[in-house]
Amino acid sequence: MVRIPVTFTVNGAEEGQFVEPGALLVDVLRDRLGLTATKTGCGQGTCGACSVIIDGELKLSCLIPAGRVTGASIETLEGLAAGGAPHVLQKAFAKGFAAQCGFCTPGMIMAAKALLDRNPDPGRGEVVEAISGNICRCTGYEPIINAVLAAAADLRAAKSA
Amino acid sequence: MALDLTRVDSASRAAAMLAGDPTARFLAGGTLLVHEAGSGAGEIHRFVLSDGLGFDRIERNAGKVTIGAAVTMAKVAADPALAFLKPVADSIGGPAIRNVATIGGNLFAPAPYGDFAVALLALGATVAVETAAGEKSVDLEAFLKARSGHRAGLVRSVTFDQPADGAFRFRKVIRKHPRGAAVLAIAAVLPATGGKLTGVRVAYGAMAPTAIRANAVEKALEGKALDAAAIDAAVKVATEGTKPATDAQATDWYRRQVLPVHLRRLLAG
Amino acid sequence: MEHVRSFFAGERKDDHNTIGVSEQRTDIDGHVTGRTRYYADRQFPGMLHLKMVRSPFHHARILSIDTTAAEKMPGVRAVLTHRDVPANIYTILKLIQVEPDDEPVLAEGKVRFKGEAVVAVVAETEAEARAAVEKVEVEYQELDPVLDVEEALKPGAPLVNEYHGHNYFTYEGHHCRRVRHGDVEKGFAAADFVLDERYESGPIEHAPVETTGCIVAPEANGRLVCHSNTQALFFTLDNSALILKVPFQKLRLVGGTVGGGFGGKVDVIVEPIAMIAAMRTGRPVKFAYTREEEMQVSSPRAAERIYIKDGVMNDGRIVARQIRLYVDAGAYSRHSPYGTTKAAAHMPGPYTIPNVHVDCHCVYTNRTPSSAMRGFGVTIGDFALEVQMDKIARRIGMDPMELRILNAYRDGDMKAHGKETSGAALVEVVQAAAKLAGWPLSDKALAASSVKREGT
Repeated sequence: MVRIPVTFTVNGAEEGQFVEPGALLVDVLRDRLGLTATKTGCGQGTCGACSVIIDGELKLSCLIPAGRVTGASIETLEGLAAGGAPHVLQKAFAKGFAAQCGFCTPGMIMAAKALLDRNPDPGRGEVVEAISGNICRCTGYEPIINAVLAAAADLRAAKSA
Repeated sequence: MALDLTRVDSASRAAAMLAGDPTARFLAGGTLLVHEAGSGAGEIHRFVLSDGLGFDRIERNAGKVTIGAAVTMAKVAADPALAFLKPVADSIGGPAIRNVATIGGNLFAPAPYGDFAVALLALGATVAVETAAGEKSVDLEAFLKARSGHRAGLVRSVTFDQPADGAFRFRKVIRKHPRGAAVLAIAAVLPATGGKLTGVRVAYGAMAPTAIRANAVEKALEGKALDAAAIDAAVKVATEGTKPATDAQATDWYRRQVLPVHLRRLLAG
Repeated sequence: MEHVRSFFAGERKDDHNTIGVSEQRTDIDGHVTGRTRYYADRQFPGMLHLKMVRSPFHHARILSIDTTAAEKMPGVRAVLTHRDVPANIYTILKLIQVEPDDEPVLAEGKVRFKGEAVVAVVAETEAEARAAVEKVEVEYQELDPVLDVEEALKPGAPLVNEYHGHNYFTYEGHHCRRVRHGDVEKGFAAADFVLDERYESGPIEHAPVETTGCIVAPEANGRLVCHSNTQALFFTLDNSALILKVPFQKLRLVGGTVGGGFGGKVDVIVEPIAMIAAMRTGRPVKFAYTREEEMQVSSPRAAERIYIKDGVMNDGRIVARQIRLYVDAGAYSRHSPYGTTKAAAHMPGPYTIPNVHVDCHCVYTNRTPSSAMRGFGVTIGDFALEVQMDKIARRIGMDPMELRILNAYRDGDMKAHGKETSGAALVEVVQAAAKLAGWPLSDKALAASSVKREGT
């Protein structure tokens, strides 16, 4: 099978891989780079478990052929804890019981990060909209929404401190 | 057989490639095709990429709006001059889908999807298609009727007249909130001259295999004032010409039952 | 949140010190960092992928299976049929004497539901396995299916599962689980009115975000290690050993982290065939459900149909309750015989009723086999019972909470199952809920107690 070279950065680190053109980004992240936080839940783009941030935009890695991300800057959950310190979102989710089985959590946190990167003061409706592409079967969503609002408040407080 | 990704430097090159290879598809956002390629019976072996073809522009010219086929829902939703289309774009998928899903791709989305196509049909859009023989313009209604032919060419852009302020209305009925596939969608352009509706266009989504015009409703409204009597007359013929499917969102029976209710709410404002 | 200490104060020591204290989940740091390891978050060099050929029909005889074309497809390392399964017929609860064995690992002679596993294809990549699945040729002779629980019990209905000989599970010689207490016909005759209603639920799919799956790898010491997201590691270990005809200690099951189970991952379905594939090829094998398989093939909560006929006095006392309940087990038993037993044990609800007649049937149909899900056997029954109670309340113009308090068990009451009630608390729960909801109750209802029925 013919493989093509792709180079991109993941969580700030430069990566280069030879991939089959049709290989999915989620599988390259998980199987080649060992970044298993990003999950496959449906393979159809409907559950959001594969959510990553590419060049600042939230996208679904199960719908992206790896050959298409050359030169892109990709963020996954593994990149959130800068130098070992948990991100405000991670702390808020942990404190707020915003995960049970944990399988949707990476996608949820990336969706929340994509929101807070653009909008540091979202209303509840904007949080609901931001995670509207992520399915959770365990929590009933309320703890997740509250955790995102709490993280947003913490981020604003840290900035003004 | 493995999947190939091909970048081309022109639309005509892309059209030629698609015409010559029945296993090739034009890939923009990939929200439908990537899964199809990965799970189907091996019918897709090549993606011709939309990257770099310049299909990602929105242009305005003498009251006509042209949206490139690779313009995303997110881009439409963020454009202040297209504010009337924001509710349509925002109704599709979640934020991650809207960041990649394109206007062009939506024309091929099977029912119950394809809500943007419903809006475009109500707007009387035409489709610029690049074929092996060059570019041509096709009325959207005709395009939708013939769209199952993959080798018909590739979509460059859609063009429509900017509607008068307040003339465009859209309503999408969903079960999974806040975002879900349509139970049904209705788009209407209701221009009024001297208090009477002129050039009414009404389109439905998820009431047939593709977006369709609600001809009987248009006829009931044309030339009338948008008053209670006209709305009653329109609602009476709401389901004419519809052939909804039963799917995970709703049964055909349910869609036919609630369509008149939602049409009334749309027309009554 | 208030800890109401006044109820049953004399029955226990008041030394609770963990209730009302918030503790962080032990696993949540792993979840929010992505370090939590699900079965598929491991690398196995040389891993193969298993994809399944499935029945397109609800009910059909298998006339022939031809795997020669599939075996020649690129990347294919094994193609397995029922002949490759050492002990092909099993039932998941056989080790607690739920018999007979009635389900094959791979279909043999017949398919009994749409989506049933027939042939397993093992290949280097998922795409190659999928392509080879298309090349397996199975010749079917379609049979009439039966898709409704009551139709399935009618004489002349198509026989779904020959291992039972009829379309119901046999409970110690009987065709259903039965509860008999008093005489319902006398009760109906003496009642002021009779309310006869029918309730129904469809199959409900758990739809976990993580689909069912496992990876099996041969270990250097001759054992197989199986990383699975099953909720029931010991069911899987025991049944796999019986199916593979290997000693139990040959298998090492590693699990514990499940991306959503809810009862949908307690069937032993993907592991045995993946183990056989690993033994055959000598390489690691992954068998993961696609989302489509998870939705249609994996077991749902059983559909149920419940008839409740009540004899009721105008003052709200239920004097007779007759229940006919049907659990749609689908094509195979799995956990449904146990669930149906639970249903019978749960009827007629937490109420003291002098005349009770309950028949709970575990019925086989040509639908996807159902299994466990959150309170299975009880949950749907509760829906039916409590809607019935609300209907009674509306019929006589009585407050629905007061109706529950009136009919609730009290300590010392004889239950329909022949056991004396003890530790009843429904009255106090209703009283506390009414208070929290600001729902006014009469003085009589507020004075009621589980410990003693008023007027006794």
